[in-house]
Amino acid sequence: MPSGPPARAETRPVPDATGLELIAQALQEANADSVLGTAFFRDRAVIIANPPDVHEVLGRLKDQGYDFLASLHGVDYYPEEPRLGVLYELLDMKEVDRISVKARVHTDAPRIASVVDLWPGADHPEREVYDMFGVVFEGHPDLRRILMPEDYEGFPQRRDFPVGGEPVLFTYNEDSPYGKSQ
Amino acid sequence: MSATTDYRKREESITLTSEPAGERQELLTLNMGPHHPATHGVLRLLVTLEGEIVRDLKPIIGYVHTGIEKTCEDKSYWKVIPCVERMDYVSYYFNAMAFCGAVETLLGIEVPPRAQYLRVIHLELNRIASHMVWLGTGALDLGAVSMFWYCFRERENILDLFEMSSGQRMHTRYFQVGGVFEDIPTGFAAKLRTFLDRMPTRADQFADLMEKNEIVLRRLRDVCPLDEKTLLGLGVTGPLLRAAGNPWDLRKAQPYSSYDHFDFKIPVGTVGDNYDRYRVRHAELYESVKIIEQALEGLPEGDHITSDRKVALPPRHELATSMEALIHHFKLVTEGFRVPPGEIYYPIEGPRGELGCFVRADGSAKPARVHMRDPSFSNLMAFAPMVKDGYIADLIATIAMLDPILGGIDR
Amino acid sequence: MEVKREPIDVLRKAGPSADPIDASDFRSRQLAARDMLRGDLDDEDLERYVQERVLTTTLERAVAWGQGNSIWPLTFGLACCAIEMMTIVAARADIARFGYEVLRASPRQADLIILSGRVSIKMAPVVRRLYDQMLEPKWAISMGACCSSMGVFNNYALVPADKFMPIDVHVPGCPPRPEALMHGILRLRKKIQEGPDLGWRERYGAVGTEEVVGPDEARPDAERAAGPSGDPAGA
Repeated sequence: MPSGPPARAETRPVPDATGLELIAQALQEANADSVLGTAFFRDRAVIIANPPDVHEVLGRLKDQGYDFLASLHGVDYYPEEPRLGVLYELLDMKEVDRISVKARVHTDAPRIASVVDLWPGADHPEREVYDMFGVVFEGHPDLRRILMPEDYEGFPQRRDFPVGGEPVLFTYNEDSPYGKSQ
Repeated sequence: MSATTDYRKREESITLTSEPAGERQELLTLNMGPHHPATHGVLRLLVTLEGEIVRDLKPIIGYVHTGIEKTCEDKSYWKVIPCVERMDYVSYYFNAMAFCGAVETLLGIEVPPRAQYLRVIHLELNRIASHMVWLGTGALDLGAVSMFWYCFRERENILDLFEMSSGQRMHTRYFQVGGVFEDIPTGFAAKLRTFLDRMPTRADQFADLMEKNEIVLRRLRDVCPLDEKTLLGLGVTGPLLRAAGNPWDLRKAQPYSSYDHFDFKIPVGTVGDNYDRYRVRHAELYESVKIIEQALEGLPEGDHITSDRKVALPPRHELATSMEALIHHFKLVTEGFRVPPGEIYYPIEGPRGELGCFVRADGSAKPARVHMRDPSFSNLMAFAPMVKDGYIADLIATIAMLDPILGGIDR
Repeated sequence: MEVKREPIDVLRKAGPSADPIDASDFRSRQLAARDMLRGDLDDEDLERYVQERVLTTTLERAVAWGQGNSIWPLTFGLACCAIEMMTIVAARADIARFGYEVLRASPRQADLIILSGRVSIKMAPVVRRLYDQMLEPKWAISMGACCSSMGVFNNYALVPADKFMPIDVHVPGCPPRPEALMHGILRLRKKIQEGPDLGWRERYGAVGTEEVVGPDEARPDAERAAGPSGDPAGA
């Protein structure tokens, strides 16, 4: 029989707003311009980091206990600048805490440090972000395309890249479907 | 007679001692191409072999890359659900759950308790179905061919249940933002109970077939173990991590959708070899059955979807009488609901590990970014350390126990 | 008023001992069909007409019956449709009833390639290569919406199968039920057993990429049995 809602206190899976501010403050004390801001939305904590200092921020958070990299992915914030964002989702398994770190780079200088030395599991996700958005991860052992063919040109998941596809066949173009040679 | 003695003489003249292979043999790079009878899906492996021992492995993926995430940016939120479902194509309810959970958190709406319990029932049924595919194809790779038919027989029963509740066997579009699409029909509970009564016996039969078999034990026991620390560094979760001894399960650690109402255990392994991976997934079958039984017992009455008409379609009978319902229906079907700007990462526990969905909303009716964190994508990175210095036959067995789903890896 | 009809001279253009009607000449085929419907074809033309269109030879019929009843599919699964293809191998919808349970892993030994799932641009050359490595007679079924048309995902990453290889039967669905795929396979069986191949693949432009090495003019003394090129490790 199900036991019904648990009687224990409401678990807080992320550092709450004050906890987030304390973490951000500690990071800022260590390196003044590494943290550009924080965001706390729907019980999710985000630290907005300065791209040159991302490796340091993540290293400090890892030492603090957030030692599991759950996800590394990219976002294209078109048309807001800086356009390309890289998000790191960190997880502290002992305290059951999650925190996100966001770093945004411009399209004309999309370079950011690779965190493969901190987490070997960042290998394929960084290649994917490179493949889809064009962000170059400095220090990555083998940065090449992972999902698209090796010689593909363009970065598909940028917002200004067309979705593509084949025209849908209707009556007016059914005489020239794809594949028919004449 | 002379031929026989001649033969005997020749036979005795051969010295049957084993010769040492020498310090290092030449390395051979073999391509286990995207089409191979054993790779589960279109996974390409560049294997560097020294004799029969794997020295290095490079997986090459992208052969079923569908651009799902890009397609999702073009569609309204409820149209994203069928796109996202087709990502990890044996655990389709989980993909939908991750996305719906993310959007529900962004919207800040509550899912009614009946919907949560129905979701749990379908999620756990899908977990059992996914493990049936894993066990059937995995045993097929090892050579235990008849397991395939037994496992798919169970899977057919589960798909019949899905067809009862939603009309489709796979990719059912049953989970919607705010709840589930329809309430379960009248015969569903009875049929589900018959299935639940039978499933533990069947799982026992599978165990009897597999675990007493010397060949299976030799191929799985102490084969390709990997320690917990390496797995954590690689971002591996799910049964692979639990086989190594770490009891991390999001259903217990960060419960979602009323999982904290149910009493179930997390099977954990000790050594982290293939046998433990097999045992952990097999034990999860019993636990899933327990969860579904509890959910079915305690299924609360109520709505099957949120009553917020700005998000969920109104029931059809209201359209004839209420003007507002008609307007809501029209707006929802043509444009869809708008989600206020925000970003969220919503993780759930899929059959292969942590399945997370990142949604960025920009205030319009279409998501600005949908990213699915797929467990197989991270689990695949653990594959090379696992099979290093193992035999190529162990590589095949490890792929089977790794349970990669290329749809999720490539998206 | 009496209407005088005459068979058009097209059939007799090169004389009675001429070669059969060139199948690629659409107009002459059309006129022959018209004459057939009117009952204007005479003995030898009629016989030629029937021979080209219907399997009259017992041997041809027997061969077609045999081919249709023992199709060997290739184990080729791409995405979600592969799971439904696995269920038709499983017990409930059982292709062994029809004799198709021999799924071969090697394309050299298979007759039928069932494209089950979405074909991405990275995978398309691989699929084409597999299709080329299959030996004649070979058939292809495009299972599911993603390879028949673009399906759910009409975007940069996918290729409809019609674009790079000739498909005999398209089975719609997402994924198609095992019964639907069964129906598609049985339609293919009907096609094999009843219909002659009218050269549709040549008209479709679907030949030319098979990796077959012919006699080399540059090396006139090279053996004919040079074998097909392409490394088997790629499969």
